[in-house]
Amino acid sequence: MNRKYMFAFIAVLVLFLIAWIGASIGLQWLFGVAVPYLAVLIFVVGFTRKVLGWSRSAVPFAIPTTGGQAKSFDWIQDAKLDNPSSKFGVFMRMVLEVFAFRSLFRNTRMKLKEGKLFYQLEIFLWVGALAFHYAFLTVVLRHMRFFLEPVPWCLQMLETVDSFFRIEIIYPQFQFGLPAVYLSGIVLLAAVVYLAVRRIVIPSVRYISLASDYFPLILIFGIAFTGIMMRYVAKIDINAAKQLTLGLVTLHPTVPDGIGAIFYIHLFFVCTLLAYFPFSKLMHLGGIFLSPTRNMLGNTRAYRHVNPWNYPVHVHSYDEYEEEFREKMVEAGLPVDKPLEAAAETAAGKE
Amino acid sequence: MNDKKWIITGLVVFLIIVLFPFWYNRGKAVPPPEIKLTDKAKAAKECVLSKEYMKAEHMQILDLWREVVVREGQRIYTNPKGKSFVMSLSNTCLDCHSNKADFCDKCHNYASVRPYCWDCHIEPPKEKS
Repeated sequence: MNRKYMFAFIAVLVLFLIAWIGASIGLQWLFGVAVPYLAVLIFVVGFTRKVLGWSRSAVPFAIPTTGGQAKSFDWIQDAKLDNPSSKFGVFMRMVLEVFAFRSLFRNTRMKLKEGKLFYQLEIFLWVGALAFHYAFLTVVLRHMRFFLEPVPWCLQMLETVDSFFRIEIIYPQFQFGLPAVYLSGIVLLAAVVYLAVRRIVIPSVRYISLASDYFPLILIFGIAFTGIMMRYVAKIDINAAKQLTLGLVTLHPTVPDGIGAIFYIHLFFVCTLLAYFPFSKLMHLGGIFLSPTRNMLGNTRAYRHVNPWNYPVHVHSYDEYEEEFREKMVEAGLPVDKPLEAAAETAAGKE
Repeated sequence: MNDKKWIITGLVVFLIIVLFPFWYNRGKAVPPPEIKLTDKAKAAKECVLSKEYMKAEHMQILDLWREVVVREGQRIYTNPKGKSFVMSLSNTCLDCHSNKADFCDKCHNYASVRPYCWDCHIEPPKEKS
């Protein structure tokens, strides 16, 4: 038992109970209208404030990660992506980072084998993260059908592709698979379970994991689980649900009757995630674009990066020093860069 | 820093994307679809099973019917009340619910559901009166 993940788990459990009890005692308006609006407001304002705060802070040092040969002579091949010297290189590096999580792909694991130290490629974090993020993206896009009327054709196409595999189990006693099984939901649930179990099981990862690392994972598990439950098992009145969600985005909020409590639990989890977002590690959504280790040019040898925080210090260079004390230095027999006569000549020449 | 304009541009683009459902609908209220029952369906009062069950699980029972008819060759379904029905989408379901456009399609379109019933079945042609 670890206090950190138990804390996160209990927090999600409490959220679940709040929404369940709230929906059961008739607080549908609170959980169906007030909380979602509040959550979206917190998300938008919090996100904006955070990014504006970041935009005001300086980048004191040039700290691009150098994953390859920097650009030098023409006859030395430079790593254009891993140590980009051009803006196009930086752009491509960012594109690959954002869409393919390239830095997670570098994940290695240390291993002692017959007394020797080995580093081996550990690919599963990368695979899990890719599966998780893309499944989540698909799920979010799919949910747009509850917020748009009429539903655009591109979303309908996405749904068709997502439900490509018809997984249907038909027995008189047990049926599963209708409405059509969406692959993204299953992948999301599997990936979030893997990422959570990975944190708990691997000792070195558990050691650096905090409650704020477990909480989003468990919360997203709750979201995916309640979503899958109300699609395939404890079915809700989907048109009533769409009436509510569409009412929210058309600014005509209504609370139709007959939506099960599970819908309000799902919605409350999502609202919690939105409101929690700007204050948590989930801000890597915006932060990835502002990572100096990724978005700076790897040209630290060619150009000097001036810290914008530098205080304007008045310096007294050696030239100025010699100018001031030349006569005394010559008198004392100290070596000078410019002898007295030459200095006098240049001074005369200037006039 | 001169990056500030890029950061703010990115932020504005992000907010436009996030708030897409709000400006896509532009505050227009959309009335939910209402099921229209034909006179025959109204007269029958109850479907094969209870209304609540049919509302949530009609696709399951249709799927089960297909399985039983196609794989086992049985064509008669007896509900818990002892009433018997011929298991047929076109001849039994659409006999009462002869208004496919108002009964099936309205809700399916609203919820963006595209059932594959109509890949094989056709809506029975209406007799001209």
